Amino acid sequence: MTARTGSVQVVGTLPGPTGALACPLPTDTYEAVVLGHGSGGRLSQELLAQVILPALGEDERFALEDQAVLSLPASGQLAVTTDSFVIRPLIFPGGDIGSLAVHGTVNDLAVGGARPLYMTASFILEEGLELNVLRRVTRSMRAACDRARIRIVTGDTKVVDRGKGDGIFVTTTGVGIVPEGVRLSATNARPGDCVVVSGTLGDHGIAILAAREGIGLETTLESDSAPLFELSATVLGASAEVRCMRDPTRGGLSSTLNEIAAASNVGIALDETTIPLRAEVRGVCELLGLDPLSVANEGKLVVIVGPDDAERVVTAMRRHPLGAKAAIIGEVVEDHPKIVTLRSSLGSERIVALLSGEQLPRIC
Amino acid sequence: MKYLDEYRDPDGARRLLSLIEREVTRPWVVMEICGGQTHSIVRHGIDELLPGGIELVHGPGCPVCVTPLGTLDRAHAIAARTDVIFCSFGDMLRVPGSSTDLLALKAKGADVRVVYSPLDALAIAAQNPSRNVVFFAIGFETTAPANAMAARLARQRRIENFSLLVSHVLVPPALTAIVGADDNRVQGLLGPGHVCTITGLDEYRTVSERHGLPIVVSGFEPLDLLMGILHVVRALEHGTGGVDNQYGRSVRQQGNPAAQELVRSVFEVCDQAWRGLGVIAESGLALTDEYREQDATVRFGVEHIAPREPSECISGQILRGLKKPLDCPAFGARCTPERPLGATMVSSEGACAAYHAYGRRPGARHLPLLTNEGAPA
Repeated sequence: MTARTGSVQVVGTLPGPTGALACPLPTDTYEAVVLGHGSGGRLSQELLAQVILPALGEDERFALEDQAVLSLPASGQLAVTTDSFVIRPLIFPGGDIGSLAVHGTVNDLAVGGARPLYMTASFILEEGLELNVLRRVTRSMRAACDRARIRIVTGDTKVVDRGKGDGIFVTTTGVGIVPEGVRLSATNARPGDCVVVSGTLGDHGIAILAAREGIGLETTLESDSAPLFELSATVLGASAEVRCMRDPTRGGLSSTLNEIAAASNVGIALDETTIPLRAEVRGVCELLGLDPLSVANEGKLVVIVGPDDAERVVTAMRRHPLGAKAAIIGEVVEDHPKIVTLRSSLGSERIVALLSGEQLPRIC
Repeated sequence: MKYLDEYRDPDGARRLLSLIEREVTRPWVVMEICGGQTHSIVRHGIDELLPGGIELVHGPGCPVCVTPLGTLDRAHAIAARTDVIFCSFGDMLRVPGSSTDLLALKAKGADVRVVYSPLDALAIAAQNPSRNVVFFAIGFETTAPANAMAARLARQRRIENFSLLVSHVLVPPALTAIVGADDNRVQGLLGPGHVCTITGLDEYRTVSERHGLPIVVSGFEPLDLLMGILHVVRALEHGTGGVDNQYGRSVRQQGNPAAQELVRSVFEVCDQAWRGLGVIAESGLALTDEYREQDATVRFGVEHIAPREPSECISGQILRGLKKPLDCPAFGARCTPERPLGATMVSSEGACAAYHAYGRRPGARHLPLLTNEGAPA
């Protein structure tokens, strides 16, 4: 199922009457984004034609339309998601803001059981951004789209003054189709269900932290940023007893499971010894006083599944490269509704509470 | 993870727990001094695994918690200046003063940066000669050597735009104040492993002898803490006092003489206010006259800022082991990590914040605990 036509809407605006900045110089003479690239004039056209469209794979003539007109499958329900991506550094071990934006959009569709079809991409560029960085990001978006078999069908570019952005902000909307009969929801968890994760937790957040200036940590960690559609389809193919899937991004596993426990009015009991964690992630968390359960992931799946099918789901996940370390890490319980608990390796039990704000490194 | 997992081994923990159980014949009140120990105890639920009768109370050893409100207000006044880059350890950013915190100031445009070492702040000062760079130098004896090094290097390298807002506290005088009080409940102490790594054990012997109670210097991992508790309980049961070093992989009898010398060359002992405890004589460090020009309080003229604490907060009693977080009527309601009333809620290592983070709530059903064999009790 693909759309016959795609279109790219191009709107460049400036905060003041500076549209006259659309000077006739070709984009190639600039190495960085200038305000004129957002003017809607010739520079905008050139940025699109020379940097954005080739990378995103759309034919330039589609740029003439203000909308994408898409065909939809005859059956199934439409799934729509939207997300904004802001990250520093823009390019990090294991990915960049471009691949992250595609994966994040795909994953929000996939965890609802949807097959991702189309997405939009809207860029806010900061004056002074190196065009080579933008090229790298758009190329990486293209590669990520090809891998996830989703198409960017419309987009937008704006330029803001230097100091008013952080290089690149990307906003996306994704559209997918949920097949008939698939009904996943955070309200579906019931006592006895198992909690399954697809692999090691906290890799993305800790890789980003270590990549930032000033921390002086050298690790071989990479972000786990990856498209989860194949894995989610594998899970749904392995069991008809899947209640809910989530990708534990901001706030990590702790936020995701607290949301599910609250939505389903159940408790969730985790076993610390079964939670997959990389030694590097544990090490950095110990060093900085962070809780790996509250650290972000960008390529992990959390699945709530009926008890009889849990092993089958884990086995199926492990056959996929993104699920090689899949494990059952806990169960849904009737006790302590809306509360997530963790049994430590010592046998004591504690509550896994929601973070109050951003995790901050501890002094000692 | 090497050097860590061996101190979290469940079998080892069970063995130590059963040894403690065999040793204990009556109730004892033991205080862990350091905030890192409190955090670890609550995170791993160690207090709830102990045999009934051993009560752990949480000491004053969180430097973020005990930084006085006045110092915070001074920090916020300095950080709000447009000519200042204010550098701090991460967990000071959320700590509220009388009217704001560093995160809120940052949102309003203040240049507030998280650093992991005072030497990072010194590097920022060298890179920004036209700005005033201030490092929020808080902590116990553990952070003092690095802060002293930053002050000394700034002088040597003539980095004149660098200054320190100092709020340094010393553990032994606070212990004396707690265990020497008429209403003291604490019978034995788990000594602060990291602090003793710097200072050595002499001052702890003095405290132990003067007040006749055992001090066992402990690490921070579950087995370290259980080993420490076992030795404290054993000493209490046998009526022996003295200082016992159970953190030998880090702590030496004499501590770290080079670090001590560095601290003495930059700082001098002063009377110090502790949030929740009040002023304790000779319990802090201030820059010596030689380093006075690096004192941010003087440089920015903020000495006059001296606010009052909210009266409802019982953190003073918690820091002295007289009360527990859940004894406070404001806990979790009018006092939360987002809107703390006082010392023990402001940092993740404060006793109230640790209880809050790990979901302990007044009136909450007690969670099913597991026995040593791993079956529900």
